[in-house]
Amino acid sequence: MTALGKERDGASILPLRLEGVSYAAGGEMRIAEIDIELAAGPRTIILGPNGAGKSLLLRLCHGLIQPTAGRVRWRGSPGPALRRRQAMVFQRPIMLRRSAAGNIGFALKLRGLGRSERRERIAEVLRRTGLSALAHQPARVLSGGEQQRLALARAWALEPEVLFLDEPTASLDPAATRAVEELVQSIHRSGTKIVMTTHDLGQARRLADQILFLNHGRLVEAGPAAPFFAGPATPEAAAFLKGELTW
Amino acid sequence: MQTIQDAFAAALHLMITLNAGLIEIVLLSLRVSLTAVLCAALIGLPLGAALALFQFPGRRFAAILLSSLMGMPPVVVGLIVYLLLSRSGPLGVFGLLFSPTAMILAQIVIVTPIIAALTRQLVEDLWIEYREQLQSLGCGPRRAIATLLWDGRFSLMTALLAGFGRASAEVGAVMIVGGNIDHVTRMMTTAIALETSKGDLALALGLGIILIVLSLGVNGAAFVIRDLTGRHP
Repeated sequence: MTALGKERDGASILPLRLEGVSYAAGGEMRIAEIDIELAAGPRTIILGPNGAGKSLLLRLCHGLIQPTAGRVRWRGSPGPALRRRQAMVFQRPIMLRRSAAGNIGFALKLRGLGRSERRERIAEVLRRTGLSALAHQPARVLSGGEQQRLALARAWALEPEVLFLDEPTASLDPAATRAVEELVQSIHRSGTKIVMTTHDLGQARRLADQILFLNHGRLVEAGPAAPFFAGPATPEAAAFLKGELTW
Repeated sequence: MQTIQDAFAAALHLMITLNAGLIEIVLLSLRVSLTAVLCAALIGLPLGAALALFQFPGRRFAAILLSSLMGMPPVVVGLIVYLLLSRSGPLGVFGLLFSPTAMILAQIVIVTPIIAALTRQLVEDLWIEYREQLQSLGCGPRRAIATLLWDGRFSLMTALLAGFGRASAEVGAVMIVGGNIDHVTRMMTTAIALETSKGDLALALGLGIILIVLSLGVNGAAFVIRDLTGRHP
């Protein structure tokens, strides 16, 4: 089996830079003038209360929506190659009406992998995510936790340089949440940059190397995780950490 | 005039003995309607999916038009196809009028809007669910259409069955463009109309029973498909 995460060729697409990125919809500013740089390596957690704009920010980064002002810039030239270096896992896993293995195979086929290589990679990634026994089950009858693990397996199989995760454990029970977090750690160790949103402080403490704290569509605080949790620089972040932030 | 009981007995006799005239009519009807549904599916499935996915000026109008065409009266379709295929019409040179091909063409016109409109609705719903994931995976529009059609396959089968049900039951269009010529363009529905008016109820009833069985079969198949969909939610 090819070693997942070790095969990327060509120059890195990181760092990702957001320059004055804003997003307005329905006459309302949802994301306001965000400037950040996301470098390879540290796990970046986008933290904030519900409605802070975390999911929007992730979608702007991944290119699912376009900013109404400002620029999203990856290193290297724009084009389809950029998308091929990224993957995203959504809050509610979206499974095609085919088997678990078929869902991964579909994604790999879109990347132009041949049949034998697809088969190898599917088997390997199912093994790594503990889903081998479910390979031939219809994906949509799997439990919520299994579907989310399968979504992670599908993303991992693509060997992305950056993996965006939008509250991947928001609707899961504690055991399934733990399984997903362990997988995220494994994917990180395989060399993939993790950018993940959460409103769960415990999860942010467990996973974050770097925090982007968002509130009302504005980037309130950004920096290494340890100092942020030890002593946030802004009253909003302090209130959020104390569970007092209202929205 | 036969009594109804006599007619039933004669009809059953025709069916049990596999009467050649009856079989010929049934086979022609199936050939025409199945071919029409196949062609309508080849046009209607991608057309409906494209309408669901692509944004273009007049998209809403196209969707409304398609839904309206679903209910188009078959006699009107028959008249239009008749005008197109008649000697002086734009397609008159092909000499297709009063042939099975003409009936297939008319039924394609009737069935395509049904399949396309149902496909559009279904694919639009699926697209709402799948769009971000497919975009994230780098799936282009053509591939997305194929994926959505494949993922909606069980529900789309119901659309095809609805099309077949409509084609096999309609009488107006095939009567006009086929002419109900014995051994050439006589279909189940046109034969029933003719034989009833002649007072030969046996053949009419026999064909009627077969049509009803077909209709039941189509609905039964739709139920089985719904069950399958339940198992592959």
